Amino acid sequence: MSIVEKHKYDVVVIGAGGAGLRAAVEAREAGLRVAIICKSLFGKAHTVMAEGGVSASMGNVNSDDNWMVHFRDTMRGGKFLNHWRMAELHAKESPDRVWELETWGALFDRTAEGKISQRNFGGHQFPRLAHVGDRTGLELIRTMQQRIVAMQQKDARDHGDAESFIKVFAELTVTEILKESGKVAGTYGYWRENGNEVVFEAPAVILATGGIGKSFKVTSNSWEGTGDGHALAVKAGGRLKDMEFVQFHPTGMIWPPSVRGLLVTESVRGDGGVLTNSEGKRFMFNYIPAVFKEMYADNEAEGDRWYNDQANNRRPPELLPRDEVARAINSEVKAGRGSPHGGVFLDVSKRMPADVIKKKLPSMWHQFKELADVDITLTAMEVGPTCHYVMGGIEVEPDTAAAAGVPGLFAAGEVAGGMHGSNRLGGNSLSDLLVFGRRAGAGAAEYVKGNTGVSVSDATLKGASERLNAPFTGNGDENPYTLHAALQEVTNDLVGIIRTRTELEEAIVKLAELRARATKVKAAGGREFNPGFHLAHDLDNMLIVSECIARSALQREESRGGHTRDDFPKMDAKWRQVNSISTWDGTKVTVVTQKLPSMPKELFDLFDPHELEKYLTPEEMSAVEGGTK
Amino acid sequence: MSAIKKMVKLRIWRGDAKDGALQDVEVEANEGEVVLDIIHRVQATQMSDLAVRWNCKAGKCGSCSMEINGKPRLACMTRMNMFEEGETITVTPLRAFPVIRDLVTDVSFNYKKAMEIPAFEGPKDLKPGEYRMQQVDVERSQEFRKCIECFLCQDTCHVIRDHEENKKSFAGPRFFIRIAELDMHPLDTLRNRKQTAQTEHGLGMCNITKCCTEVCPEHIRITDNAIIPMKERVVDVKYDPIRWLGSKISKREGIV
Repeated sequence: MSIVEKHKYDVVVIGAGGAGLRAAVEAREAGLRVAIICKSLFGKAHTVMAEGGVSASMGNVNSDDNWMVHFRDTMRGGKFLNHWRMAELHAKESPDRVWELETWGALFDRTAEGKISQRNFGGHQFPRLAHVGDRTGLELIRTMQQRIVAMQQKDARDHGDAESFIKVFAELTVTEILKESGKVAGTYGYWRENGNEVVFEAPAVILATGGIGKSFKVTSNSWEGTGDGHALAVKAGGRLKDMEFVQFHPTGMIWPPSVRGLLVTESVRGDGGVLTNSEGKRFMFNYIPAVFKEMYADNEAEGDRWYNDQANNRRPPELLPRDEVARAINSEVKAGRGSPHGGVFLDVSKRMPADVIKKKLPSMWHQFKELADVDITLTAMEVGPTCHYVMGGIEVEPDTAAAAGVPGLFAAGEVAGGMHGSNRLGGNSLSDLLVFGRRAGAGAAEYVKGNTGVSVSDATLKGASERLNAPFTGNGDENPYTLHAALQEVTNDLVGIIRTRTELEEAIVKLAELRARATKVKAAGGREFNPGFHLAHDLDNMLIVSECIARSALQREESRGGHTRDDFPKMDAKWRQVNSISTWDGTKVTVVTQKLPSMPKELFDLFDPHELEKYLTPEEMSAVEGGTK
Repeated sequence: MSAIKKMVKLRIWRGDAKDGALQDVEVEANEGEVVLDIIHRVQATQMSDLAVRWNCKAGKCGSCSMEINGKPRLACMTRMNMFEEGETITVTPLRAFPVIRDLVTDVSFNYKKAMEIPAFEGPKDLKPGEYRMQQVDVERSQEFRKCIECFLCQDTCHVIRDHEENKKSFAGPRFFIRIAELDMHPLDTLRNRKQTAQTEHGLGMCNITKCCTEVCPEHIRITDNAIIPMKERVVDVKYDPIRWLGSKISKREGIV
């Protein structure tokens, strides 16, 4: 063991993005002592990358909006695989979560009346996304970061020490959730700066570690998105739900190669941007699926009128949910109608004057100008799908965010599963992390009341330390960078946007080979800020997560949302009745089906029966209509 | 999709708090790449333990701050084609902060300063959802809230760059815009922000050379829009006898 530092807290929050910070605020307000652990510096989490906005049915721009409309949109977007209770809580509570940010100093863009402005986004019936230009995520994270500083300032006044109740441990990686007698007892990890080992004893741990994008080759995610929380949870005995559902955002940059995957915000389309192929055709009109036919314009004239008159026109198909748009782009490129670098064109230059573009989409203008030498006020952008978000995640109890099967473990934000079903709507991630971040903080506070005084045994510490040091102490000679690149090739080629049985089976074999090689990973150099050592641990997490994705994708023999099977191209109502559940036994992933929780009749009643018919089996339909549910 | 490959020369500072030196490497570069790509390639092929901070690789998180040919920059936003053919590119850690290892520095100074700035205080009589502000009024503060906390402005500011002793009494440009942002917030109720900027956070030590504005990757007009307006208003009150008297009589600060 290399210097074990010991801390004791009521709750440890892993991850300092939106969900983690919101959870920490709630737990502190409940009187708990909170440690916030993050892999990066405080305020750098991936939430800063969220651009378009945070969805909340405040009704500031269209007063017809309310939680029920938001709930409907969310369920439709997820193709009814969402956990109904999570979608309900999310739709009901997100306005309060946004308003509360204002009282902490957030400055959203305004309407003429001085209220928070709201913009249109894919899949949302009304303008619903509160925003700050196209840097909404930065505003969220900075607001909560500053809220935590404000709480620390108060603690300094009241208790003489700013860090007496809430402390940020930045640049620290957690390698294990520690358990004693079947319950959470803390976490084990190391300081990235010097490699020294750290143990936190705590009865409750909240996972808010975000996504898994770095398991894929083309991704909008930063290096941090390595599925740490997903892996920590299954290793601790938790269950991952619906891991096959991975969102490929339709518009990532594709040129130059160094920025491939970098996000081009959906606001570009929400504000009027159109998608065209190499023939100059607005192809999205050819890709409106049956379930959305009534809601989307079938001609350009109507689609264009919608931007100014939403009451009398249907929205343009560029604003279909992300899974539909990503598949459409994929098909156009495959059909030989792609742009020079293998994507399609996204154009705002012909739709808005240059000064309006720079005002509404400042970061996009900046990003293309500085990284691709493209002036988006003059020319079209080249875009293509990029791995953006994982809908799957830790199975949680909706009201408390408690992880199934692991007492004391909680999860919120991208790392949790269920909220978004098979596909997430844009804007629903920032609201998700606020709503369930807060609920996780409250859930942990409630749990801690009856579960104080945990301690971690020496035997547990010894095992955790040995595993942490394996990349230094082992006899292997595998390079972590090489293995990471090989993993990304497997997921990209075999578990990507379009899947098929034979390729998924091949992926599972190759992942097992990589896992065997990964046990021989060697970290060169010393313990101080050693990226090779860091990657060795991240790699282990990505391998587990990738196997969960591949096995879940193999099991689900249908196409729905962020899971498309070439060999089962249709959505199948029978598969809507089950979630995929992944567990880990120490050597391999097992995936089984589990019955979806049944939605109460009053929520079914929010939908037109003709719409429900597209998703439910005839037996379910007669049950819903007969009122027996 | 022809990628044009070539070899480039990099001189990277390697070492820790005790000792270090510049090391030369030659590495492949492709069309359209940025300095951070090149550093990553060095890491993956030649120096697997080369320490560098980075996150988003899109100029949005402000993690990969370093000095490139002596200039504070984000490595992810510095394109290779801005250098001359055959030019050796020198990459060193931020000079104003202590080195941890290689290109990674200890920036905790900035987090300490953040703790010293009093937080937003909203009106007590408004409940969540009741805030009303006009777009034109929030825009001034929004400019400062674009800050990605890369700390390049802090690094370049000569008040602390070569004067460790000033760090105690000087918050730096990043935190002057934080104070200005709160000061200009339409609904912030805390008074005296400008005055404490002067008395407690060292605003007076800034002599407006605009170096901070020059290096800001978000193009925030730190000097013109935050520092100068605050300085002018503080000076107004301090040296205008009538306003000074007025502020005493009304027992108000006199700066709104």
